Amino acid sequence: MKVVGKPLPKVDSAAKVTGRALYADDIALPRTLHCKILRSPHPHARILSIDTSAARRMPGVLAVITGADLPIKFGILPVTQDERALEHEKVRYVGDPIAAVAATEEEVAAAACDAIAVEYEVLEPVMSIDAALAPAKDERIQDYGGPNNIHKFVALEFGDVDGGFARADHVREDVFFFQGNTHLPMEQHSAIATYVDGKVTLWSSTQVVHYVHRALAKVLELPMHRIRVIGAAHGGGFGGKTDPFAHEIIVCKLAMLTGRPVKCTLTREEVFYAHRGRHPVLMWVRTGVTGDGRITAMHFRSALDGGAYGSYGVASTFYTGALQTVTYDIPAYRFEGCRVFTNKPPCGPKRGHGTPQPRFAIELHMEKIARDLDLDPVDMKRRNFVQPFTRTVNWLRVTSCGLEECTERVIKASRFHGRERRAGHGMGFAISSYLSGAGTAIYWNDMPHSEVQMKVDRGGVTVYCGAMDIGQGSDSVLATIVAEELGLQPSDVRLVTADTDTTPIDLGSYSSRVTFMAGNAALEAARKMRAMLVEAVEASGHKFGEVAFEDACVLAEERFGTLTSAGSYTPPKIAGPYKGSGVGPSPAYSYSACVVDLDADARTGLINVNKVWIAHDVGRAINPLLVEGQVEGSVYMGLGEALMEEQTFRKGLHKWPSMLEYKSPTFLDVPEIETFIVETNDPEGPYGAKEAGQGPLLPVPPALCSAVYDALGVWIDEIPVTPEKVIEALRRKEKGEEARYGPPLFPTIPYPPTIKVEPPPRSANAATASI
Amino acid sequence: MRGDTQEYARFDVKNEMLREVERIVLTLEVNGEQKQLLVPVHKTLLEVLREDLQLTGTKHGCELGECGTCTVLVGGKPELSCLLLPVQLEGEAITTVEGIAQGSELHPLQVAFGELGAAQCGYCTPGILLSAKSLLEGNPRPTRGEIREALAGNLCRCTGYTKIIEAIELAADRMR
Repeated sequence: MKVVGKPLPKVDSAAKVTGRALYADDIALPRTLHCKILRSPHPHARILSIDTSAARRMPGVLAVITGADLPIKFGILPVTQDERALEHEKVRYVGDPIAAVAATEEEVAAAACDAIAVEYEVLEPVMSIDAALAPAKDERIQDYGGPNNIHKFVALEFGDVDGGFARADHVREDVFFFQGNTHLPMEQHSAIATYVDGKVTLWSSTQVVHYVHRALAKVLELPMHRIRVIGAAHGGGFGGKTDPFAHEIIVCKLAMLTGRPVKCTLTREEVFYAHRGRHPVLMWVRTGVTGDGRITAMHFRSALDGGAYGSYGVASTFYTGALQTVTYDIPAYRFEGCRVFTNKPPCGPKRGHGTPQPRFAIELHMEKIARDLDLDPVDMKRRNFVQPFTRTVNWLRVTSCGLEECTERVIKASRFHGRERRAGHGMGFAISSYLSGAGTAIYWNDMPHSEVQMKVDRGGVTVYCGAMDIGQGSDSVLATIVAEELGLQPSDVRLVTADTDTTPIDLGSYSSRVTFMAGNAALEAARKMRAMLVEAVEASGHKFGEVAFEDACVLAEERFGTLTSAGSYTPPKIAGPYKGSGVGPSPAYSYSACVVDLDADARTGLINVNKVWIAHDVGRAINPLLVEGQVEGSVYMGLGEALMEEQTFRKGLHKWPSMLEYKSPTFLDVPEIETFIVETNDPEGPYGAKEAGQGPLLPVPPALCSAVYDALGVWIDEIPVTPEKVIEALRRKEKGEEARYGPPLFPTIPYPPTIKVEPPPRSANAATASI
Repeated sequence: MRGDTQEYARFDVKNEMLREVERIVLTLEVNGEQKQLLVPVHKTLLEVLREDLQLTGTKHGCELGECGTCTVLVGGKPELSCLLLPVQLEGEAITTVEGIAQGSELHPLQVAFGELGAAQCGYCTPGILLSAKSLLEGNPRPTRGEIREALAGNLCRCTGYTKIIEAIELAADRMR
């Protein structure tokens, strides 16, 4: 390999280090109007009237719109189309959009928003999982879903769970809580739209140009070919820009009404309320094991605090139960999940989408079981590792799996087993797994998930793909793969990406799908192009590689005419035969193992992380520099979630909607991170590659909590691990109570009867189990 | 966003809209060029750079002085442009990310950031480059601790900071 596997700079690095990259808010078009959105001050209220007359009269105001102008509902999932760009009947969280203004100056637009009079009938807000499980005091938040304020139930059972528990030598139950937190991208969401010749063009800070395109077509009632969505340079997503957002629809509508470009950039406070971040999840888990620590059965329950709207919540709910089986061989498994609506900003996907919470629970639960049995936790976990090329009890197809090697690397490098024993020092170990792209699209269809076109002309190579580079380096992956096939450097390849008019589809930068799916599409397109070049060069009596690339292009164009090629990727149909099996399957899973080393101060409760070792099975590193960057960024974000980040509310208001008060790790807080890239060469990944952007976050919070136990002898069963929680757990330990801080119990939830699913035959391997 | 302040807000708004916005003429030295401007007196340096001078390399993340994204150099020292008013800055040399390359030759920090993958989404990068430039000009051999200290006011959500520190060390080596 000439370029695959080399630590080359990102193809967009020059634009990023010079300030030339144009993010959505940097785009300035002549006669641009500025948009501000009036948002609800109440967490739950009926709207009795909206009077915009004073705002409309203000000089400089060109348009004011309310929900009556955009009445059609949308939502990322087809099953939960429950949002409006502007609400005119009811508001469900502080920050719910009500009206929008387009004006010549941003200050005028803000002043006009203040001049809009809204009359509310305030309703009792529902602010917790417990409150949402009880009958509503005034009225339900949404008019669909289960009883009370329950949004979604899942109840599935695979294999003989009761028999598995009966067979167990030891059974343990634990309760855990993972607090919600938010993405906090450095760039605030921003969008600018034009309306010219009956066509809308939107530049946005989005991870999913295609899904925004679909939502706009629906709400604006325009055919998709009259809408163009372009992904601007992207200032950070982490899942926070994966829904279609109200402001994206609003600027298009205002551009249509005024005939002028309209821009809306959210304030930092608005970004906190836009949210769609990590669900707070309460979890209960019961596991049976044999005397040597082999799992015989597991029963897992989750309750997700979803906020006011559906967003990705149905998928998030399934994800809290789906991937437990992908790291540990669980022969019988029951999962009961429940998502509730509350009067808070909607939760959705954040890095790891619905899986960091159960990973936190299951890793700590396994640690506790090992101690019950007086087994070494690392050995006991290892004993239960899934094997490569198998099917899990819930029908997930595992292909390449580097769990063993990842574990070996971090345990050895950190000298985990020979660790220093001194007061306040501790080390913890955890593993995880994540998808390399969701195996099913968000809306049901049989079309490819990613498509690439190529043009070669006078020695110039251009690649067209809908993939959105959000900083993770998807453009570099495309360029590297094409360059490898054609014998060029990535910097020789021109890219046109994330533009619904000029590029073929890619579903977007979510679920860690881009390297795997767009990478495979690029590989197919590049190999077709290479075949044409090779044929033309050989027909001239030479070998490909012997003649200059420019000459090869001339020979091929003479022979074939215009040189274009295309490739696409459709994931294999590997989902199990049951309803709900669409969440969890992926063409390949990444694996990670992590050790955290820390010092914990029993007097102050403060934790100082000394070092993190992390090994990640990425299949193959197409660019090891970028893989390391994804792994280090994941570790950083995992430490933030474990130690300080939390999205909490007081009377419906965000407690700290600012970057100063919402604590996130700074340069001073992040320890040394030692990264090991493990390559297992996945049979279906491009050059064997799998994902790197999300999985490495998952083991960090549980490894940190295990290290706290190692240091102080107390379990902190909920994150973030704040000093107050550590001190409280130590106080309980001293009083002879349970040496633990965490949720006391799991609520009684009226889960429906479980749907019993016959597991795949134990002998089925990936090859034979492919449908 | 609180309901009880709405009446006040509306009253203030009316008065605000009737009032003439005071504008001032001033000269700023940005990236070595003298720029004459006519701007509302309350406009921040960040807004003037981005909106009046089209220097959009300077980013905004909070506009409250919390994130470091809008960092520029004033007289060689890092300052948050969202908290400065241009009237304070006449006669001062202001440097933005657009001003640190020599023609088409990138600054060693810019080169190192590219080589080592220190810019992922790139949004915090301009501010971090300027903080780092100021650090290295005063301290050509910073320790890791000194780098962390000097950059502690610049948040980054992508990189985990590791590659940024490595890139600053590489650039420092090359600049000595």
